[in-house]
Amino acid sequence: MAKRSGIRRNEAVSGWLFTLPSIVIIGVFLALPILLALWVSFTNWNGLGSPIGGRAQFVGAENYADVLTEDGLAREDFGTSLRNNIYYVLLVVPLQTALALFLAVQVNRRVLKGRGFFRTAFYFPSVTSSIAITVVFLFLFSASGAVNQLLSVLSIDGPNWFNDPSGVIHNLLGAVGVTSAPAFLAGEGPLGLTWWSWLSGPSVAMVTLIVLAIFTTSGTFMLLFLAALQNIGEEIDEAAEIDGAGVFRKFFSVTLPMLKPTLFTVLTLGLIGTWQVFDQIYLTGAGAPGKTLLTPAFLAYDTSFEDLRWGRGAAIAFILFAIIVALTLLQRWILRDRDTEKRRDRRRINPSDDQRQNEAALAQGTIRLEAGAGRRD
Amino acid sequence: MKQQKTAVRVASLAVASGLAVALAGCSGSGGGSGDEGLTMLIGSSGDAETQAVQSAVDAWSEESGVDVEVVAASDLTQQLGQGFSGNNPPDIFYMSWDQFQTYASNQYLEPYASDLANSGDFLPTLTETFTFEDEFYCAPKDFSTLGLVINTDLWAAAGLTDADIPTDWASLQNAAQRLTDSGVTGLSFGAEYARIGLFMNQAGGSIVSEDGTEVTADSPENVEGLEYVQGLLEAGVLQFPADLGAGWAGEAFGTGTAGMVIEGPWINGALEADYPDVNYQVVELPAGPGGQSTYSFSNCWGIPAGSENLEDTTGLVEFLTSDEQQLAFADAFGVIPSTEAASQEYATTYPENQAFVAGAEYAESPVAFAGAADVIADFNASLESLDSADPQALLSDLQSNLEAALEESRG
Repeated sequence: MAKRSGIRRNEAVSGWLFTLPSIVIIGVFLALPILLALWVSFTNWNGLGSPIGGRAQFVGAENYADVLTEDGLAREDFGTSLRNNIYYVLLVVPLQTALALFLAVQVNRRVLKGRGFFRTAFYFPSVTSSIAITVVFLFLFSASGAVNQLLSVLSIDGPNWFNDPSGVIHNLLGAVGVTSAPAFLAGEGPLGLTWWSWLSGPSVAMVTLIVLAIFTTSGTFMLLFLAALQNIGEEIDEAAEIDGAGVFRKFFSVTLPMLKPTLFTVLTLGLIGTWQVFDQIYLTGAGAPGKTLLTPAFLAYDTSFEDLRWGRGAAIAFILFAIIVALTLLQRWILRDRDTEKRRDRRRINPSDDQRQNEAALAQGTIRLEAGAGRRD
Repeated sequence: MKQQKTAVRVASLAVASGLAVALAGCSGSGGGSGDEGLTMLIGSSGDAETQAVQSAVDAWSEESGVDVEVVAASDLTQQLGQGFSGNNPPDIFYMSWDQFQTYASNQYLEPYASDLANSGDFLPTLTETFTFEDEFYCAPKDFSTLGLVINTDLWAAAGLTDADIPTDWASLQNAAQRLTDSGVTGLSFGAEYARIGLFMNQAGGSIVSEDGTEVTADSPENVEGLEYVQGLLEAGVLQFPADLGAGWAGEAFGTGTAGMVIEGPWINGALEADYPDVNYQVVELPAGPGGQSTYSFSNCWGIPAGSENLEDTTGLVEFLTSDEQQLAFADAFGVIPSTEAASQEYATTYPENQAFVAGAEYAESPVAFAGAADVIADFNASLESLDSADPQALLSDLQSNLEAALEESRG
């Protein structure tokens, strides 16, 4: 017994030893910087010297108050950047997930010829550097660019995409004659913006970036869905077909539920990626036009490097972090496995439910049989 | 059993020594480049500028025996911020007018300029730009002003002559009107404070009072200036470059979609490189009801506060800002020398740029106190839709935001 515990002890030492390199690397390059940034967000550090000691002073939650509660430009900028990013997330995440899933199902079909080609083609935009592809988009969507040339062939006068700060929802309302804030929206909403500007919708310029994001990332997520789809055995497909499920029924009742873990991954990755959008903003001109491309991630950078208010920049970054964590938890709660929970509960509360379920299954079987017979006729 | 123990010991030794090496790498000296020579970080406009700076620095190195490494930044502000926060700033760097006060108020900079041998030679407007709290911080390395750039072919085609060259607001509008034709807009400039603010100044207004203690953004003069620009927009004789499908006014000018633009001397290089066939001339900006006004933009040679190499770097600055060296830079990449004597000589050597030099006499530096950048960015964003905006409302926003920023910057 004593001998065994001696061996165990050695195992523990070796275990620590083997994990030590990663613990040190994660600690030095991840945990410590995050803690340091958290500290900076509570100081007035101006980027000179060390943020610990030195001239940096602890200022409590002042940096957070500046962007969240105190009336002023800092709060308004933060509000604007949040608004822009919310519209970006709301449009990009569902659309890119749906498109990725659609593409994955298409290139997973056995009957499709040249599947390899299509898979590569759809994945290609993801491999390209985001900077390069943004520059291409800048050219495509310039006032006299390819997109507008194409539109002019259809005699549509295209907008000046990347220079149009007008919100899409505002434009739609303008089309029905509502061009300025109605009285009930003119009041001040959260973070120093009026309700009317909260409801502006993404600007035309932002819409181009939304298209860009969907175009580039859906390929990556297609790959994830494709891997998951190939894990679904053919026998399940066949079983569903034998049961008489049509294409749509099969997709929504069999395939999609089996993709749930992947769906969660894709939605989470999408959510995190879209809340951190930076490259495209940096390249399209620091939030121009009209600050409608400003995002919290870019604002944090700009506040730190241009204004030398590193504390406030760090505070913005941590608020962004909190938003992402909160939304991921929310999404996890929404996508939790409700079926199993319910069934377990029901079984515990009311045993006769089991019987009822069996009856239902029997009835379904009968219907299927009938349907099958009907088809044979 | 024993063997196993030795193995564990050897392994732990290996890990520990690996760690020690890694940590030693981190703790390397952070205090500049020390004896190894100086590092210079420049925000270069292109190869011509980098090479000219490099060869000037090489000449100085030969004289002084101090090596200097010239690094052309891809994003100067970001790289400077990184250098300072990492406690390893370059020994000498380009400091732009718009960031200068932010840097000076945060004690990033060494106020060395008044000790230079040639500290009295600089143009007064530039000395003022780089003065913070009555201390002349850093030596201006060159400057630019804004002028009215006219496409002479379009000018002649519209039947305009030298007598029509705009001298006041009315003749500017008239000329723009006559230049405007299908495919050509008479006048174009960026929708930003650094252009539109000119008209506010020409109307006799200013954003901040002369002593810098009071915000005067919502004055009737400023409203008048904005209303004039708005009138030009409404008349269709002024369009912003973005609406002409151009990235900046120089591009619209080069493609011939704008007959006149308000730009600085950098347009010379841009036109030569991209649109060598465009014929143009530069004149001084027309005067408004409040007189003449233009903006000057400048960079200075920044030296980090408490630099150990101050003696070497100030020597280098004296060399680089000497009249001969500045004229060599002017020759190489078209900037205007920052000293009175050299700028006069420049105006005689390059008479086509005489208007830019003449502007220095009444030029002002745009408002740039610490914290003003955000407010100006916000103002710029609202100027993009000036055609449909209420000038008074725009300026009221500017007033309140700028007041808050000024109060904060003065502690």
